[in-house]
Amino acid sequence: MKPDAQELYRQMARMRRFEEELARLWERGLISGEMHLGVGEEAVVAGVLAHLEEGDAMALDHRSTPPLVGRGVSMESLLLEMLGHPDGLCGGRGGHMHLFSREHLAASSGIVGSSAPLACGFALAARQLRPGKVAVAFFGEGAANQGMLLESLNLAAAWKLPVVFVCKDNRWAITTRSRSVTGGCLLRRARSFGLPAFRVDGTRVERVWAAAGKAVGRARAGRGPSFILASCPRMEGHFLGDPMLRVFREPVRQALEIGPPLARALLSRPLSALPARVLNLGIIGKALTTLGVEKYVLERDPLRRAAELLPEEQRLRVEEEVGREVEEAARAALAVVEGR
Amino acid sequence: MPEMTFAQAIDYALGEAMAADERVITLGEDVAMLRRELLVRFGPSRVLQAPISEAAFLAAGVGAAMAGLRPVVEIMMVDFIAVALDALLNQATKVRAFSGGKWNVPLVVRAACGGGYGDAGQHEQCLWGLLSGMPGIVVVVPSNPADAAGLMLSAIQCDDPVVFLEHKLLSDYWLDYLGKGGRETVSFDVPAAGARGEVPSPPAPVPIGKARKAREGRDITLFGLGVSLHRCLEAAADLERDGINAEVVDLRSACPLDRETILSSASHTGRVLVVDEDYVGYGLSGEVAALLAEAGIKADFARVCAEGVVPYARQMEDEVLPNARRIREAALRLCG
Repeated sequence: MKPDAQELYRQMARMRRFEEELARLWERGLISGEMHLGVGEEAVVAGVLAHLEEGDAMALDHRSTPPLVGRGVSMESLLLEMLGHPDGLCGGRGGHMHLFSREHLAASSGIVGSSAPLACGFALAARQLRPGKVAVAFFGEGAANQGMLLESLNLAAAWKLPVVFVCKDNRWAITTRSRSVTGGCLLRRARSFGLPAFRVDGTRVERVWAAAGKAVGRARAGRGPSFILASCPRMEGHFLGDPMLRVFREPVRQALEIGPPLARALLSRPLSALPARVLNLGIIGKALTTLGVEKYVLERDPLRRAAELLPEEQRLRVEEEVGREVEEAARAALAVVEGR
Repeated sequence: MPEMTFAQAIDYALGEAMAADERVITLGEDVAMLRRELLVRFGPSRVLQAPISEAAFLAAGVGAAMAGLRPVVEIMMVDFIAVALDALLNQATKVRAFSGGKWNVPLVVRAACGGGYGDAGQHEQCLWGLLSGMPGIVVVVPSNPADAAGLMLSAIQCDDPVVFLEHKLLSDYWLDYLGKGGRETVSFDVPAAGARGEVPSPPAPVPIGKARKAREGRDITLFGLGVSLHRCLEAAADLERDGINAEVVDLRSACPLDRETILSSASHTGRVLVVDEDYVGYGLSGEVAALLAEAGIKADFARVCAEGVVPYARQMEDEVLPNARRIREAALRLCG
């Protein structure tokens, strides 16, 4: 089977344009709190979701809007939720980290790693109540160091649950380089629990689609869980206003803020510690440099890559449709909020 | 005395403690960024970057404390402690009891707490009631920079596990990361007197379990801590215009409670209103009521607490968290 490149691109574009709208509303102060976008994860999400059918369940993390949009949750109700309106998806009570759609069997959580055990439970219920249906857990590579996540891999294997664990590897656990706090390799880790594990370039939607097809197919056929490790960029940092990205986006202001206390720390007594402290400062410098190189030199946008799979005319038509859909949802949601 | 922000005061005390005693270390997620000045001063062997593995690194903190270190373990937000609760509930707080008093756990758990910036109840809880329910624990909740520094010092010096809670409306960097995100388009009700103030240099320990009378009064006592203390002071000023002279007491710690101060203030005013940003049931406010009842003090009693899960929408959140309006109304009912 071949993927439907147009449909995959359409879904990815819907996710991206929707989140761009979210970012605008957040910047205007109309959305409160943290805002973790899934910008950069669209290929992973769309490639997996293309294999889901009605009755399948999703356990989501703090970047849950792309999968919810992709699964068909109304954009307007998502927007109203994040605008804090009683007509929102969760009555304005959940907000962007706690989005729930019972109708779509989709639940998100702001607790890192918690999507994995939840998906195991969804899968257990599916096996008994909806045979042939599956559950998907989305999480990041940072979550793969959470005890409950590792326990879930084992649980799913031991109970042969119809789960697909999808690890979105953007290489950063908040502000920490994941490699610096992770032992071994996540793919081998999953395999050691007895799960088939696939590594895939998560910026190539057609490749994610192919790997996810195998994983979802296995689960549907009752052959147990599997693990997908998909690399992808974190294009908007950990959350909007990410302090590490601010260093690049407003260097002078950040240097003035962060610099003086660091200089005081460097020069505090005893001064004999100065050489060692310069090395310590290097740790922070290295993290920032790595982030900067990844972001500004190596970053590959999955949406642009998916666009390359389509003829120009087709791509433009999709973009126009999607642009209109998001625009209309935003206009409708703002009209409700403003009481128009 | 130098003036500092609440956040600076905590790290100032921690830095002084680390400089004075090499057994003091700090560890947790993102400390290289969050505690970058301490990292520069003391290096990566004493400022340890942890994976997102709260259950492991908090319990490792317990072991490290048992074996001679004095770790300050950061659980970014207190909500996340749920993932690692075993380390406190079944390990840290059991060691002294089970070892017949022969072994102790000088551990500090530092976590941000509290709401008021629209992040909803999985990142905005207080949980000091839940935590205080464990025999053998200390839970401190400073309301101003001097107390923040002093209680951090005392926490590190304490020979038993201490949870140090840092309210996000008082800690400017947390509020910036989680609420503001560099935006100028949002605003928060930050209590100015709590977010910035004078701090003794060198920092002076504040005794644990000693409440502070923040305002003298005769008609009613408002008990609060953390941000709630400031909401009490705001309400007390409003109540003055209603002809009610309110006393305000900063409890400073949820556990232990300063029995003596609570009882004497309650006897003095005869009316008690506990203002608590934590959940209303099975927590701090009920504990204060029990103290009064057990001591046979006849005082009118009411409480203004978080009613249920903190909702996301700012206007709904405002209704759930204690605010000056709710405090004033409850006080008027008590004095009516």
